[in-house]
Amino acid sequence: MTSEEVSLSLTPPRPAPWRDPKIRGIVYQVVFVVAVVGTVAFLIHNMLDNISRQNIATGFGFLHKEAAFGIGESLIAYSPADTYGRAFLVGLTNTLYVAALGIVLATVLGTVMGLARLSSNWLVAKLAQVYVETFRNIPLLLQLFFWWGLLNSTAPPPRQAWQILPDVFVCNRGVEFPVPVASPAYYWVALAFVVGLVLSIVLRRAAKQRQMATGQQFPTGWATLGLVVGLPVVAFLVAGAPLALDVPVLKGFNFSGGEAISPEFAALLLGLVIYTGTFIAEIVRAGILAVSWGQSEAAMALGLRSGLRMRLVVLPQALRVIIPPLTSQYLSLTKNSSLAVAIGFPDLVSIANTTMNQTGQAVEGILMIMAVYLFISLAISLAMNLYNRAVALVER
Amino acid sequence: MLAFAVLGGIFAARPAVAGPTLDKIKQAGSFSCGVQTGLAGFAQPDSQGVYAGFNVDICKALSAAIFGDPGKVKYVPLTAQQRFTALQSGEVDILSNNTTWTLQRDTELGLNFAPVVFFDGQGFLVAKKLGVKSAKELNGATVCVSPGTTTELNLADYFRANKMEYKPVVIEKLDEVVSAFFAGRCDVYTTDSSGLAAVRLGRASNPDDYVILPERISKEPLAPAVRQGDEQWHDIVDWVIYALMQAEESGITKDNVDDMLKSDDPNIKRILGVTPGMGKDLGLDDKWVYNEIKMVGNYGEIFDRNIGAGSPLKLERGLNAQWTKGGLIYAMPIR
Repeated sequence: MTSEEVSLSLTPPRPAPWRDPKIRGIVYQVVFVVAVVGTVAFLIHNMLDNISRQNIATGFGFLHKEAAFGIGESLIAYSPADTYGRAFLVGLTNTLYVAALGIVLATVLGTVMGLARLSSNWLVAKLAQVYVETFRNIPLLLQLFFWWGLLNSTAPPPRQAWQILPDVFVCNRGVEFPVPVASPAYYWVALAFVVGLVLSIVLRRAAKQRQMATGQQFPTGWATLGLVVGLPVVAFLVAGAPLALDVPVLKGFNFSGGEAISPEFAALLLGLVIYTGTFIAEIVRAGILAVSWGQSEAAMALGLRSGLRMRLVVLPQALRVIIPPLTSQYLSLTKNSSLAVAIGFPDLVSIANTTMNQTGQAVEGILMIMAVYLFISLAISLAMNLYNRAVALVER
Repeated sequence: MLAFAVLGGIFAARPAVAGPTLDKIKQAGSFSCGVQTGLAGFAQPDSQGVYAGFNVDICKALSAAIFGDPGKVKYVPLTAQQRFTALQSGEVDILSNNTTWTLQRDTELGLNFAPVVFFDGQGFLVAKKLGVKSAKELNGATVCVSPGTTTELNLADYFRANKMEYKPVVIEKLDEVVSAFFAGRCDVYTTDSSGLAAVRLGRASNPDDYVILPERISKEPLAPAVRQGDEQWHDIVDWVIYALMQAEESGITKDNVDDMLKSDDPNIKRILGVTPGMGKDLGLDDKWVYNEIKMVGNYGEIFDRNIGAGSPLKLERGLNAQWTKGGLIYAMPIR
């Protein structure tokens, strides 16, 4: 009897159902799910109800209709006779273009400025500090207006354009510059570049294996340069070196021929790069400071040269600190590019806004904008996470 | 921001009662009127932030007819892109902002248009020093234009039809797009010709340096708009505007409206509510026309004061003269 009593007292008595943590947990979760689903269903029901009562058109059929509005700049062929879907694609490519270029340039600027802040040169360090503290603390929208206003009001009209280089003009319509006339030679150059890239990767692998096996090093840097730059140059010369240029010429109101960077694009890119660059500078600085000096000393004690010390010891550890916040900066740069709408660069949001207004289908338009930004952001995150995994320290 | 306003408005529950707008605004004691962010003569805030202009007076007349007081209006400045969603979502009860009446807006956007208050046409504004005499010479020009307007579409149509090239610079805020034009970013600014006149006069440092080209490339019937689904409210807006036009035709003005109360003309007696009935049918007080004319004035007075001969803009009546004087302003009979 006694033993039974002991065992009973060891298993706790079953509590009343409303006190049982397990049952409570399930109840809370059910209530939560019902509340969320109910709210969403209520909102959607209301939306559909309101839309049908006001006779507003719904569905994505409008994407196949003729857009009938012009777009100032486009990477792909577009005319007002194209569809809303095509116009949307123009906006998407413009957004991706400015974001991709912005990410590369902001990374370069941010890295340079981050290193400059760590410089032992007082002037360089202070200048970098002033840059960071100034541009980080002014709202991006104001900066965009500033750059755009500056470009618009200081540059002369096209007929009085400044010629800064032969055939390169600056006016308030943008920077006009010559581009090579399309020729099959450029396909060969591109092909040679790709081949050079592949060959140099193979070479690096082979060189590493040889070093592992024999300890002998191979000057991969020079070989890579030769392959990546040399091959395309050879291809260019072999293909007949077509040097014809499409030169901008003043015709009527504006320049025609060549290519142009519009003030809107320039202001947007400048604003995004300079603003995001400040954050990246701080991230780079933090990353490098996070690696203790003892690591460098240990590397020196092993006899590593300064380049190898940076590449093999400091950088892998710094990157571990740098990459995750850098990803956030890339994401915000991409999303901030939607401020283009304020200065008239035809990005995704700007074109979707026009489309929504011409068709009245705001819900569909906003769903498309949200889906696209979500997709771009997830893609950037995925790429950066893969890179992060590649550079992360393998802990044993 | 716009996105949230749109979704917020569209998701909001609204009672599905017939004619809810009048009940709602009577209960609130005021209504909201969507106007431009600032266009001289049509709708512009003064230094105290008080809105004045042609489009503002339409809303004042509506307020006078409903409340017997022209001041019961909340003015909401809207860009061309915001205006339709603001109306659809119930943020404003009426748009009085030079919106062009088109089939697509009437159907797909779910709007109902009130009578046209201004017959306009799209034109081009250029700097005189460019030496352009006709819109046909604009091949290759850079054109400043507001997004989401019929103007933007007509522009594309016109250049396509005439096989000309152009580069649009599209900026949402009216203020910014006009500044960009005067800063020289564009060769041409295009909108309704009344808007061009307002911008040339109100924003150019020297208006004589700019010319409006002679071509009118489109018909722009500008009319106030309301949401679909409330016929009573639509009727009220329609007839408040017809009453302004009818008053001018019948010679009833702000100054003589009290004398007109003693008129023997049965038509005028009906309009001014001396013979009761007209107001009641609309759901308003029988003094509705008396109030709007007494407090705001008739259509001609509103036109002259804001954009016509008595204003800096000095627009001709032209198409906007009474039908009896060769124009298109024609009120339906109030009876």
